[in-house]
Formats: sequence, C-alpha cells, structure tokens
Amino acid sequence: MSPLLKTKDLRIEFRNDDGIWAEALCGVDLSLDPGEVLGIVGESGSGKSIAMMALLQLLPRGARVSGSARFKGQELIGMPPARIRQLRGKSIGCVFQDPLSAFNSVLRIGDQIAEAITLHDRSMSKRDALKEAERLFELVAIPQPAKRIRQYPHEFSGGMRQRAMIAMALANRPELLIADEPTTALDVTVQAQILDLLRDLRKDLGIGMVLITHDLGVVAGIADKIAVMYGGRIVERGTTDDVFYHTAHPYSAGLIGAVPSLDGTGKLQQIDGTPPSIFNRPSGCSFHPRCSQVEEICRMQTPELESVGETDCACHLPLVTRDAKVAE
Amino acid sequence: MLAYILRRLISIPFLLLGVASVSFLLSQMTKGDPLAALVPERMMSNPEIVAAVKAEWGLDQPLPIRYVRYLGNLLQGDMGTSFSTRRPVALDIAERLPATLELVIAAMIIGTFMGLALGLLSARFRGTIVDSVARIFALLGSSLPVFWSGLILLYVLSVQLRIVPGTGRLPPRVQPPPDVTGFYTIDALLAGNFPLFLQVLSHLALPAFVLGWAVTGIITRLVRSSLVEGLSLDYARTARAKGAPERIVLIRHALPNAMIPLLTILGFTFAYLITGAVLTEAIFSWPGIGSYAVRAAASLDYPAIGGVTIVGAVAFLLANLVTDIAYAWANPRIKVH
Repeated sequence: MSPLLKTKDLRIEFRNDDGIWAEALCGVDLSLDPGEVLGIVGESGSGKSIAMMALLQLLPRGARVSGSARFKGQELIGMPPARIRQLRGKSIGCVFQDPLSAFNSVLRIGDQIAEAITLHDRSMSKRDALKEAERLFELVAIPQPAKRIRQYPHEFSGGMRQRAMIAMALANRPELLIADEPTTALDVTVQAQILDLLRDLRKDLGIGMVLITHDLGVVAGIADKIAVMYGGRIVERGTTDDVFYHTAHPYSAGLIGAVPSLDGTGKLQQIDGTPPSIFNRPSGCSFHPRCSQVEEICRMQTPELESVGETDCACHLPLVTRDAKVAE
Repeated sequence: MLAYILRRLISIPFLLLGVASVSFLLSQMTKGDPLAALVPERMMSNPEIVAAVKAEWGLDQPLPIRYVRYLGNLLQGDMGTSFSTRRPVALDIAERLPATLELVIAAMIIGTFMGLALGLLSARFRGTIVDSVARIFALLGSSLPVFWSGLILLYVLSVQLRIVPGTGRLPPRVQPPPDVTGFYTIDALLAGNFPLFLQVLSHLALPAFVLGWAVTGIITRLVRSSLVEGLSLDYARTARAKGAPERIVLIRHALPNAMIPLLTILGFTFAYLITGAVLTEAIFSWPGIGSYAVRAAASLDYPAIGGVTIVGAVAFLLANLVTDIAYAWANPRIKVH
C-alpha cells in the first residue's frame, strides 16, 4: 500500500528581524498510510504545527520550506498555488485549535460550510450546499441542524463550534484530516466528546488523520502511531503502544510522566525548563539542558533518529539501552 | 431594534436643547459687538439710533430673557433673523442646506468607492508598486489642503483644459430646475430635463471629487489596515485551508470584517462635512452651509451662528444613529436592546 502522506527531510526556516535565518523544522520524516491516525506530540515551538501547515503552504509569508512531502505521490512542496488550492479542503481537511477565531464571526456558520463545498464544486447551488451542511451537522451530532446552520459562530458553544469546524473540514470527504490541537481550547468534558467524535469518524469514514497535540493523553486512545517532536526534530517515533510502554527517549518519558493517571498513584512529574527558541538552540542534542541524564556527548553531537529497541529514537543514551546496561 | 431606534430619536430633542443653550451662551460670551453689523459706523455715535436698533433686535433685554425667548422661538422652528441677510435664518439654511448635502453626498459616494477600491487593491497587492501608488494617492488626498488641490484642479481642468465647467452649481444665467428637493440633480431629473441634469452633474463633478479625495485618503488607509490585519487572522487561514483563492479570502472574508470600523468613520465624516466643507464651498463658489457659516461668524451674526450650529448638531446626531443601526446590521455579535 502506498502511503497517504510521506515527508522526507522536511525543513522550514524563518528569518528574524535582524535578517538571520533559523531552522524551525530540521529535517522531519513522517509517513502515514490511508486510514491511519498519526499523533504528533510536542510542546509549543517544537515545530509540530508548522510542519503540517507547510504541507498546505499555509505558513506565514517569508517562511522557507525545503525537502519533500508527498500526498498520494504528489509533491506538495513547491506545488503551484492553483493546484494546492484544489487539495486544500478537498483532499486534505483542516481543524484548528480555537474554533471561535477560526470561524469568520460576521458570516453564518452554514454559509461558511457551504462555501467549503461550492469552492470545489462549482455546479453545486448554494441551496444544495446548505442542505449538505445540514447533513454534515447530523454527522457530527449537532442537534437541530436546520436552525443551527443559520446561526453565527458566537451563538455556538465551544464544543459545538469545534463540531461545526470538523463538519466543515469533512465537507468534501477528504482522505486526510489535519487536526491542530483540536481539543486544547475546550473544557475537559467537551474534549472527551470531541475525541470520541474523531474516533467515530475515523471508524465510519476510514479517514486518515494527523492529530497535533501537546497532550499525550489526547493521542493515547486514538492514534495508531506517535511522533514525539522537540526543537524542530522528531525525537521518538513508533506505534502508540511502543512509545508508551517501551519509551526510549527521556523527553517522551517526561511527557508520559506528566500525564495524570486516573488511579492517582505516582507523583506527577514535570520537565524542568522551557523549550529553546529556534534562534538560540543549544549545541548537540537540543534537549540536553533539560535532560536529567545528560552526558558529555549530548552537548557535542546531535543524535540521529535510529531504531532503538521497539521505537525509533534520537538519543545518545536511550532509556532502553541504559536499562540493559544497568541490568548487566 | 425598533424600540432602540425610537429611544434614540426621543433623546435627540434633549441633546439639541443642550447644543442650542451652549451655542447661545458661547456666542454671548464673545467680546465682539454685533451692533457693528447692524448699525452703520457713522451712526454709532448717535445713542438714540443705537438704542432703537438694540430694542428692535431685542439686544436691550437681559441675557436670561433673551435665552428663554430664543429657545421658545426655536421650538416653533424659528431660528431668529439673520443680522446680515435680514431674512429668517431657517429660510437661509433651508435654501443652502440642499446645496451642501448634494455636494457632501456626492463626495461621500466618490470617497467611499475610491477608498474601498484603493484599500482592496493595496491590501491585495501589498508591498508592490500597486500598493505604493494607491497609498500615495490616498495620502495626497488626506494631506493636501482642499484650497490648494481644489484651486490647482480648477485651474488645470477648467481654465486650461476646459474639461469641466467653472465654479457654482450651474453656469450663470441658466435657470435651476423647479425646486422640489433642492438637489439640482434630482430636481432636474424630476423635471424630465436631462440636458440640465448633465449640466448640473458636470458642475458637481470637480468639487465633489476634490472633497471626495480628502475622504478617500481616510477610507483607503482604514480599509487597507483592516484588510491586511484580517488576512493575517485565523479566519483567513481557515478560508485558505478550505481552498479559497486569495481574492475570495479578501472579498468574502476580510472585507465584511473591515466594514465594521469603516461604518463608524463614514458616519462621522459625513456629519463633519456638513459644516466642514467650508473651503471647498468657498473655492467653488458653492452656495452652501459652509460659506454661510463663515460669513455669520465673521460678522457676529448670532442667530445665523446658532442656526448653523444646530444643523451641524442634528447632522451628527442623525449620522451617529444611522451608524449605530448600520453597525448592528454589519456585526452580528452586537445585540441591540
């Protein structure tokens, strides 16, 4: 089976006010099969969102993108604007973090969803597109769709707005859904409902998803595989189970330790310090200033992503081999 | 909504009472002597004549009496008699207001359309030569004084190139259309006199453009900055992610959002121009409120000053009301109670 999405050495550079270029994404390889769910996990600034925005050429002006990203074999990087527009919203749908600001506040929700349809299907009338919007509202379980499509974004609750946003992203039955922090702006209980909805959609529609989040708990129940990002690189990559149960990278381990568990056993861990700015990256492994197990080599040399135990991990001293050493 | 409009309308007379009082008191506090306009200079030394004139115009009465009398007359629509034209102020204004309104409305239409077009162009092609040209044109409009740009254009287009006619609302010795609305354009059309309509229009074109150019400057800058901001916001990214081309993101998404601040400026500018078109009116010999106000102020013509002030106040109050209504219509987040 050919992959739905495959990136190779994807790099993004930004320039600061002094005209200095810096890499925000330092060569990322990802791959996603049709119908698969990939969770990209990392703190803000790790490069997880911009990597996905780069695929659709939605980065702010002035960003420099290189490397390769293929969607069903078509190269997305450097694709002419007219062709990438045909993919946006048609083959690749997007859900954004804050549905209040992501919707246009002066246009009715139904019209905004209908627009997503008519932009790609000129033959569809506005009236038919609104009918379709109603049907989509039923799909994402928004009650009273006929009434709701005539309302404005501010008349929706946060959870309902995100459902509407998902409905809009699904309007043209895309093969890939990119969800950028889809639950972050929502209440915890609503978060769970939205995740349930995404899980159901994935099951019913067989849609491939990239779920971007800073919260490992969000991807745990839905993703097939996980990529953990730090400082513009993938530091650990593997199936969801392997990343959780055979964690190799100290950063992933820190993130897992920072997820509260329901049984309340064990102290909630934290990772000290803050993520580095792209204009001021530490030498060697960019995680080394925050790593509790740092050694000399970590300051000198950037580790490569390679197969370690059950997962791929970019660390000089992955936890699995360390355990083995201890055992010896 | 209806109740809201009604409540606002009811408040207008009270606000006008305040405006009338303040304008009355302020004009009484000025140092100048209105007698200078009423009594020929060589008769100033004759106390009998001065006393008679004072009595005739009610200037011999104490301030509170004059104040109450003024307000009483105002309630009946009587703004007093102008010292200089010796005609009722209300009549003077009624004759001149349509000329100003016609000029200002034409200028607002020109300014709004040019401002929107230039704002859209410079936002769409920001950073390019199109943007620079549009912005320079807009900047010139808002920074060149009207008396300068008006004179130059009048000289070049009318005197040298003879593309447009000279000053005034109509050529000398041409009869205006029968008075219905006081707007020569509309009255000419109502009279079915199309050639006259074209003549009126050609006379209106240059002063309306000069005044509209000044408005264009304000509107272009506002529209451009609102649009550029809008294009960087999340909703614009969402629209792009749906596959919308930049043109649609701009017109269907950013523009409706830019209309909200624009409405406020439009209402305010319109009201301001009713009494603020003085310079344009002076240069183009336009028989409007502005030139009337200047003459009234220069000759301490209290009743005329008061009349113009009240007209200006009414213009502001109505423009504010219309702006608020339009605002609620353009911005669905506003609920009017």
